[in-house]
Order: sequence, then structure tokens, then C-alpha cells
Amino acid sequence: MTTNEIHERLKAHFGDAVGPLSEPKVDPFVVVKGDRIVEACRWLKETPGVELDFCEDLTAVDWPKRNAIEVVYHLFSYKHRHGIVLKVEADRAQPAVPSVEGVWKAANWMEREVFDLFGVVFKGHPDLRRVMLPDDWVGHPLRKDYQEAGGFHGIPNLRENPLVELRRLDEVRLAEEAKRNPPPPPPPAPPKAPAAPAAAGPGGAPPAPSTPPAPPKA
Amino acid sequence: MSKLVLRRIDRNNEEMLVNFGPQHPSTHGVLNFLVETDGEVMRRAVPDIGYLHRSLEKIGEIVGYPGYMPYTDRIDYLAAMFANEGYAIAVEKLIKVEVPKRAQYLRAISCELNRIASHLVSIGTMATDIGAVTPLVYALREREAINDLIEALCGARLTYNYHRIGGVAFDMPEGWRDKVLAFLDRFDSLLQEWDRLITWNEIYLKRLGGVAVITREQAIDYGLVGPNLRGSGVDWDVRRDMPYGAYPDFKFDVPIGRGWAGTVGDAFDRYYVRVLEMAQSSRIARQALEHMPEGEYMAKVPRKIKPEAAEVMSRVESARGEMAYYLVSDGTERAYRVRARTGSFLAMGIIEDISSGLMIADLIALIASLDVVAPETDR
Repeated sequence: MTTNEIHERLKAHFGDAVGPLSEPKVDPFVVVKGDRIVEACRWLKETPGVELDFCEDLTAVDWPKRNAIEVVYHLFSYKHRHGIVLKVEADRAQPAVPSVEGVWKAANWMEREVFDLFGVVFKGHPDLRRVMLPDDWVGHPLRKDYQEAGGFHGIPNLRENPLVELRRLDEVRLAEEAKRNPPPPPPPAPPKAPAAPAAAGPGGAPPAPSTPPAPPKA
Repeated sequence: MSKLVLRRIDRNNEEMLVNFGPQHPSTHGVLNFLVETDGEVMRRAVPDIGYLHRSLEKIGEIVGYPGYMPYTDRIDYLAAMFANEGYAIAVEKLIKVEVPKRAQYLRAISCELNRIASHLVSIGTMATDIGAVTPLVYALREREAINDLIEALCGARLTYNYHRIGGVAFDMPEGWRDKVLAFLDRFDSLLQEWDRLITWNEIYLKRLGGVAVITREQAIDYGLVGPNLRGSGVDWDVRRDMPYGAYPDFKFDVPIGRGWAGTVGDAFDRYYVRVLEMAQSSRIARQALEHMPEGEYMAKVPRKIKPEAAEVMSRVESARGEMAYYLVSDGTERAYRVRARTGSFLAMGIIEDISSGLMIADLIALIASLDVVAPETDR
């Protein structure tokens, strides 16, 4: 069956809950109403001739401009070798979508991942815990407006440019060396002008002001 | 530590809660299992992952399309070629670029060599985890030869960064073809040596046969892919059934689990499917080398990759099964969303349900036979 045929059958069965097949720029998809998604998935899995037995992927995309988080289901059938992409839109402020864990076990971990990284709550999920991040992590990193908290339990997530630290260590080492081997007393030479940079021309250009090298940008 | 609700441990029985990992050598990377045990038998083992989470999907939204290629290496560092290839194919689908034939062949060869290398690590460490230490040395010896070959091809031994959007980074160097063919000749006989060395060893068979059986229905339901799926008897291979790149040109078989050591879908089936797959990979690489077409190895790709707003899914058969990239573009030079669907992540998902009733020692066989690689689960 082609994706179009699956979509037509799904549309015939669920009516308005199923949106039109998107204009196929590359891969087409279908938007399904959130409250019917479990029924639609169960129907897709169990209807003879459709039998999408493989929940290939379940992920989400954040669209702050439309104030929506799309949960994306990639479904496939090993038996008939066809598939379809479903999408459910959830409100960004309180994203909640029914869980399809009861339809495909594979959805269990993928829904946990979406919950972890996008903050979508899957209603009816048996074990909705964070999976990648620690439980006390603040925020959902794959959202577009995620701001890093600046550290986690005292572990900073920013550090200065390592060159700055290396330069500081260099200075410490030089100072220690100078302390250990004090420079020989200056030879009794006639006083002369401070060593001008070698580049200074014979015209007696004024010595360049000794500016410390600019610190590298972090 | 997770908010997991653990069952109340009955101390009058022999129930215990054991932390397995995150530094245990047979966890293949950094991952943790909370094991509820009753004596030697597990009630269940709950995986706790995320130790290697590097937010690779978020990085994909920040760097541009070509700039993400080196990051894909890090998704699965034992089989980086596939991560490269899947991402390249996804972007090529977005910008509608046709890859030259020679590049497709080079991709196939590099991927199949990488598959052999990855499977060698998998089966070698599996034997070590079971208690046979010697085979790992043999496996790593051959992997070393492959690493040398791939290094000659692309200059790197682990994170290859070899594939490019529209082709591959380098043509094969002079004399490389003969070197690979010589290696493959030697390798085919090594596989027989391997079978004599470990596969049909009585202890090995007993240790893996009938252990951690995953039925065909379970494998599909839990979304297992690749050798784990085929080990359960599902005849599915993306290379054959949804061909991409140069794969329609090659003849190869897809080995599936036959219950060699007792039950279809046990740990031994998943192990032996990998061994047989290496022979097929060798066959594919040989065919590709023998029929290597002349021509360009890189398509003409615009300097600025700016696809129209669209979304695309690409699938490749990685060493750990189907690897899919889901890319959403919003018409700018950066991807709006990059999603890598990896085999190990869902293989971890099945462990909790399969582990109930297994012996603790068999948990190790289960993890090893699923070929879970921590960077791929955590991304």
C-alpha cells in the first residue's frame, strides 16, 4: 500500500481527527488530533492489510513561533513494507500527549526520551522518568528557548579559554625560575636608553609603549 | 540516580539490590544497571543510561549542515562510517544531490570494512564477557588490520569523518585495492578459524544457547533492529529491502537466527548472525572492489547548503541495525532539528523486561549479545 492509500483508509475511519497528507516536499506526513492518537495507532497496527507493527521512530520538534511541539511518529510495517509518518501537535506551555506505549513497547523509551529532552508529558506512560539527564536537571534542552542553567551541582558548564590558564602557569614558572636563579648583577655598563624593539628604525622612533598582549577571547 | 521506584527489598529472603556498573568492564562503556536480585536470579535489571550524553542532537541545530559531519562520528564510535553515511544521505535527500557511482562504491566498501571491525569488537568482547579471553586478541588483531586499511583511506582510525555530503572525502589511494583484497582473502579463512576457536565450543554453546530468548514478536514490538532483530528470525535488512547507495548492485545473503544452539532468538543466535554477517560484508566489499567504477568521487555540491523547508528520513543498515536520521529544515543554513535514531537505545529498552528471571551472569551475556554501545544509546 502506498502512503496515500494508508492515509485514505485512516481518514475514512477517523474522519476529522486525521488531517490531510502534507504536500510531499520530501517525506509527507499526517497530522492527527492528540486525543485520537492512541486509537489511530492501534487501528494502524491491528487492521489487516495495514499492520504497521514497527514503531520506527518517535521524536519531537519544537516550534516556538507556532507555540507548538510536534510529536512525530514514524511507523512501518515489516509485513507489507509500507509506512506512514504521523504528527501530533501539543501546546508548548503544557505539552501533553497520550502515550502509545500500550501499542508498541518501543515507544516506552522513546517517549521517555522526548519527555526528558522536550518536556512532553505522555499520559498513561507506565514509567515516565528522565532517561538521558539526571532527574533534578532543570529544563528540557532540545527546546529552542532552552537556557543553560550555568552549572549543575557546582559543576560549571563554562570554563575559560585554557590558554589563559597556561599563560598564568607560564608566568608562575618564570617567576619561580627567576627566584631560584637570580639574574646576575648587571654589568657596570654606561647607562643607555631602554632596549628599544629591534624594529625601531634608526631615526630614533619613540619606544613603543609596552602593552601586555591582549588576552585571547574566551 | 533516578527517581525509579524500587520494589521493597525483603531482607528475610535473599533479596538484594545490586548496582551493576557504571564502571563494570562488561557494560561496554559507561552505563549502570540497578539489579534486583533474589540470590543468583534477577527479578529485574533496570538500565540507567545517560553517562555519555553529549547533546549531539542539539549540536546539530547549531553547526551548519557540513559542519555536523565530524559530530556524527561520535554517535557511534565503533561504527562511525554508518553514522556518516546516514547523515550524508539525509542531507543529500534534502538538497537533491545525486552521488557519483564511484563514491557510492567507496561508501559501501568503507562501511562494510567498518561493519566487520565493529562486529569483531562485538563478538570478541562477548567471548571475553562470557569468560573466554583468548578470542578477543584474535578479533582485535584483524580489527587492527582494518583500522590500518581505513587509515590509509581516510587518515583516521576511529572517528573517520570520511563521507561527505555528495560523496566521500578522498579517493582510494594507490595500491589500496590490492591490500584490501589481500586482507579479505585472509579474513575469510580467519572466520573458519574463529568458528573452530570459539563458536562451536561446548561451554560457549551451553552458556549462550537458550539464554535471554527474544521472540520474533517481542523483537518487532520493542523496535529492535539489525542483528538483534535478525537473530530473532525476522528477515529484514535495510541494505536489501530498502536499498540505498550502491547496494542494489551487490549480491549478498541476509543471515537470520536459526536456533543453532537451541532456541531461535537466544543470545547465541544474535552472536552467530554477526559472525555470518561478517562473511557477507567481506563478500560485498570484494564485489565493490572488483567492479569499482571510474569517475568522480564527489558530486558538485553548492558551497552554501541551504535546503528548502522540508523534512526527511534516511535509513542505513549500521553495524547495530537500522540507523535513521530525521532532519527538519526550515530553509536556513542550519538544520532545524537533527534526530539520530540508533539501534542501541531501543536495545537497552528491552533489557528491563527480558532480564526478569535470568541469572546475574546471564545479564552479561544479554548485554553483550545485544551489542549495546553506550555512546550510541546516550548520544
